[in-house]
Amino acid sequence: MEFLYKVVRFLIKCMFCVVSVGPIPSHIAFIMDGNRRFAKQRNMKVGAGHEAGYFALMSMLIHCSELGVKYVTAYAFSIDNFKRRTEEVECLVDLMTEKFESWCREDSIVNMFGIRVHFSGNLQLLSEPLRDAAKKLTAATVGNSRVFLTLCVAYTSTNEIVRAVEKSCEEKWAEDQESSVINLSDIEKRMYMVIAPDPDIIIRTSGENRLSNFLLWQSAGSCLVSTSAMWPEISFWHLIWAVLNFQRYQSLLKKKL
Amino acid sequence: MDFNKESQMSCSWYAQIENRLLQLLWHLIHVTIDLCYFPLGIADVLESYLISWGLLGRYKSFNVTKLRYLAIVVDSEEVYRTSKIIKLLQWLEAVGIKHVCLYDNEGVLKKSKDFILEKLDGTILFWDAHENDVLSDRQHMTLEFVSFSDGKEAVVKAANVLFMKYSKSGATDQNQKDKIFTESQMSNTLITVGSGGPKPDLLLVYGPARCHLGFPAWRIPYTEIVHMGPLKSMNYGSLVKAIYKFTMVQPNYGKLFFDLHCCVCKH
Repeated sequence: MEFLYKVVRFLIKCMFCVVSVGPIPSHIAFIMDGNRRFAKQRNMKVGAGHEAGYFALMSMLIHCSELGVKYVTAYAFSIDNFKRRTEEVECLVDLMTEKFESWCREDSIVNMFGIRVHFSGNLQLLSEPLRDAAKKLTAATVGNSRVFLTLCVAYTSTNEIVRAVEKSCEEKWAEDQESSVINLSDIEKRMYMVIAPDPDIIIRTSGENRLSNFLLWQSAGSCLVSTSAMWPEISFWHLIWAVLNFQRYQSLLKKKL
Repeated sequence: MDFNKESQMSCSWYAQIENRLLQLLWHLIHVTIDLCYFPLGIADVLESYLISWGLLGRYKSFNVTKLRYLAIVVDSEEVYRTSKIIKLLQWLEAVGIKHVCLYDNEGVLKKSKDFILEKLDGTILFWDAHENDVLSDRQHMTLEFVSFSDGKEAVVKAANVLFMKYSKSGATDQNQKDKIFTESQMSNTLITVGSGGPKPDLLLVYGPARCHLGFPAWRIPYTEIVHMGPLKSMNYGSLVKAIYKFTMVQPNYGKLFFDLHCCVCKH
């Protein structure tokens, strides 16, 4: 079994070496859709579906790190998700709190792979334990630099835009009260996602073709990839397929230039 | 010394072989992908012709009322194919689509709007139809023309309007601030600055890749985005198939409903 695992890992590394001949995206974003449907199909509790989704995220993070992708963003919890049943929201919050606290340990997978974690979203909407766990994790991983992981929690793009406009107005008022004019760079540098470049690829699972209020501002030039696999089923092959299609698109752009 | 030099040359030689092999494998993978897409492309074209000839029953007539607002995004490289765009709009009208928004990043379609409207009998601008309160009872299509200036630039204009409100409120009252900086205030302010159209249900992208190319972000939070391929290869069958698929989709939205954001007043 261990031998088979080593063979599979070797083949994956070979595949990465081949794919790396072409351009590798610097930023991949994931809309992690389908945990509940995955659980329902397998007669599991919804919480088990989200747990399976967590392992899928870890797997994607490791693959992105090995492939040389510098920035990874994951849509973990939308502001719209607060409308779900209370038990499910509590289950998700508990899962996130538990995982963020475990990631703070020195020997956690996040530190082993040099992943720096950042949170995008209106964290004031979160419960205090989750908000504290998020802040603690951000501080604990600040020294890592191999991969920048942004977790969008209590996030929607429309909320991000309004909050960036609000901050711009507050800070302009504080600078120079009435005569200030807000420009595009004022708003963009106050976006939650300012720490990462615009995504090259956005991958959504479960066959949906919408962005669901995710990175609307940043996705003008992003290749949108949709796969029918549910989030816990996402694999190395889906990632490779998305990157190969990105490389095809890049070569089309080069031919035009 | 000679041994070291020889050993370095061998390593360099092996590295070159390895690079060449990797490059060959990479090209092989991409050629294989192109070969896989080729029969799929042929199958798509065949299916499109069958749909166009009315030979596939389910596409012959279906209910398009679910598709209240359709957006078309055209890549800047193809935006000068005005005759293709006019043909596309004629097909949409034939299918029964009532409201269409045309987008290209540079605003070339906006500049050609008079020419396009002239070629389509009875089609008027969406905003004119709204002002005259004839949106729901029109026989013909309405058109809206949108570009990059209606996206990020419009948000900047709206931000400055909100900043004026914030300044007038004295900028100290938290309650006032909570009332000014809300999503509904932003939506209303975008309408005031002239960029607050309805949120499309479906967005069809005519270009080399599935990218929305900067369509106003505020308007597409829950919009279905479908890639149609290059405009030069557009065909009626693919268009009908994309619209049919949309009408069959049962969404699982976090948000409970769509709102058309039919506006109070544009100007």
